[in-house]
Amino acid sequence: MAKVVLKLGDDVSTDVIYPGRYMATVLPSETPQFAFADVTEFNAKLKSSQVPPGSIIVGGRNFGCGSSREQAVSTLKGYELTIVAKDFARIFLQNSINLGLTLVTVPDIEAQEGDELEVKGEHLLNTTSGKSYATVRLPRARQAIMDAGGLIPYTRKRLLEKLQRDAH
Amino acid sequence: MGMTVVEKILGRASGQRSVHAGDVVEPRVDLAMSHENAALVINQFLEIYRDSGYEPRVWDASRVAIIFDHRVPAESPKTASNQKRIREFVAKHTIEKFHDIRGDVGGICHQILPESGYVRPGFVVVGTDSHTTSHGALGAFSFGIGATEMASVWALGIAVNIEVPATIKVNVTGTFAPFVGPKDLILHLIGKLSAQGANFRVIEFHGETIKKMPTSGRLVLCNMSVEAGATSGIVPADEETLRYLRSEAEVVDPIETVLPDLDATYDRTVSIDVTNLEPQIACPHAVDNVKPVEKVAGTKVNQVVIGSCTNGRLDDLQMAAHILRDKKVARDTRMLVFPASGKIYRQAVEQGLVAEFMRAGAIVMNPGCGPCLGVHEGALGDGEVALSTTNRNFKGRMGNPNSEVYLCSPAVAAASAIAGMIVDPRKGGLH
Repeated sequence: MAKVVLKLGDDVSTDVIYPGRYMATVLPSETPQFAFADVTEFNAKLKSSQVPPGSIIVGGRNFGCGSSREQAVSTLKGYELTIVAKDFARIFLQNSINLGLTLVTVPDIEAQEGDELEVKGEHLLNTTSGKSYATVRLPRARQAIMDAGGLIPYTRKRLLEKLQRDAH
Repeated sequence: MGMTVVEKILGRASGQRSVHAGDVVEPRVDLAMSHENAALVINQFLEIYRDSGYEPRVWDASRVAIIFDHRVPAESPKTASNQKRIREFVAKHTIEKFHDIRGDVGGICHQILPESGYVRPGFVVVGTDSHTTSHGALGAFSFGIGATEMASVWALGIAVNIEVPATIKVNVTGTFAPFVGPKDLILHLIGKLSAQGANFRVIEFHGETIKKMPTSGRLVLCNMSVEAGATSGIVPADEETLRYLRSEAEVVDPIETVLPDLDATYDRTVSIDVTNLEPQIACPHAVDNVKPVEKVAGTKVNQVVIGSCTNGRLDDLQMAAHILRDKKVARDTRMLVFPASGKIYRQAVEQGLVAEFMRAGAIVMNPGCGPCLGVHEGALGDGEVALSTTNRNFKGRMGNPNSEVYLCSPAVAAASAIAGMIVDPRKGGLH
C-alpha cells in the first residue's frame, strides 16, 4: 500500500516530467534532481526526501507523451516512484520497462492526492475510497525484458549467447 | 491476408513471409540514429558489455549514424564534454555517418538522414528521438526509441521484441489553396485524431494530394505523426521518392521499394479533402489544440521561429522569404530563422533568401534544433508568446513554463512576423 503524492491529468509530456533544458544531464545517477523541475513544490519535496520510495503519481491518458528522452524515466526511477495512469505513451512505456520503472495501467482509475492505493492481483484497490479497478497487463512482447530485470541484463544475456555461438 | 507496408517491411526484416498487427518480431535494423543523447547510449552500451570479458563492439558501424543538432554549438561545458566523449567513441568505432557541427555536412538529424541518402524505402530505421517518424516519408518504417534500447540495437543489430503495430490509413484528396500546405494538413489531422488517437499505430498516407506532394512535405506529415501518438508515419515509396533519392540525395545504387497490398487490413481509414482547408494553428499547451487561424488572429506575438526538423527546409524558407519581400518584421517582434542543414543554409544564401530575411529584420541562425526544445538560442521571457513552425508547444517547451507557444506553417509565421500578431497569410494583399 502506498500514497498518491501527485495527481495529474491527460497527456503529461516528457517536457513536464524532465524539461529539455536539463537534457545535457544524462546519467541515471544525476537526473533525479530535475524531476518535474517546473512543478517546483513537488520537485522540492522529492529533493528533500519527503517522498518515500514506492509513492504513487496518478496520471490520466497518454502519460509520458512527446520526446523519447529516457531521462524522463530515470528521473522517476531514481526515487522509486510508481506511476498509475489510464494509459501510457509508447516510448515512455518501453523506456520504463527497459529501466524497471513500475507502471500500472488502470483505464478507469479515480484517485486523489493523499489516497492510498494497493495492487491486488489483476486489480488496483483505492483503500481510501474503497473502490477497486481492473488493471491492464503490460505488453506481453516485453515480458522477457521485465523477467530479466530490465533491458541491460536482457541484452547482455542475448549478446553473450550470440558471441559464444559465433565463437564456435 | 494482405499486408500493410509496415507489416511487409517487418516481415522482410525478420525473415518471415507473413506478419500481422499484434505479432511479435525482431527485425534487423538498417539504420540506427542518435544525436547528442548518444552520450547516454554509449554509457548504456558499455554497461551491457561490463564484466562480459569481451571488448565492446558496435554490431555494424556502417549502420550507425550520429548527428549533433540539439545543442549546437555547445551551450555549456557539460554539453561540450558530452560531444567530446561522443567524438572519441565515433573515432574508436570508426562510425562514418557522423555529422559534427559543420557548415558542409552538419544539420538536424531528420534532414541529414534523408539528404545524405541514408534512408531507403523498406528500411527499418530506429532513432533516439521521437521525431524519427520523419523518415517514413521515404517509405521506411522509422520509429523513436530510448537510449537503452539503442544500446541494445548497437549490441545486437536487431530491435528486440517489437509488436507489429496496426495501421491507420489516411487518404488525402484535393489541392491546397495558396498559402496552405502540408503543415496545415498534419495539424488538422492531429486535431482530428487527438494527441493519443494514433497511439501504438502507424499512419499510412495515401491519395492524390500525397502523390503530388514533394518529399519535403511528406517529411512534415511523417515528422508530426508522432504528435497524434503514432509509432510512425509512412508514405509508401513512389516516383517522387525515387526522384528525391536520385536527384536530391544523389543516391546511385539500386533502390528497392516495398508497397502495401491492395487487400491490406487497416485499423481504420480517415479521409481528408484539403480543398477548403484553412491555415491551422496549434494553441497552447497541446499539439492537438488545433484551430483555424482566424480563431486566434490578432494574438500578439513576441517571437516568430521558422525552422526545425518540421519546417526548416528550402521550400519553407522560400515561402517565408517570398512573404517578407519588401516588408519588415514588426518592431516589437523578433524573428529567428534556423535552416535545417548546412546544405539548405548554403542554398538559401545562393538564392538570396538569407539576405532577404536579414534585410526584413529577421536573424538567420545556425542550422540545428534552435529554441524548439528550450535549450538555448531564443528563450522566451515570462508571459511572452512565440509563434513557431516547430512541432511541440507543451508547457515549458521553449524553456520557460511561463510562456506560450503556438504552432503554424511557415506562411502563417512569416505573415504574422510582419503584422506582429497572428494573421491569416491569405489576407493583406499577399497574393
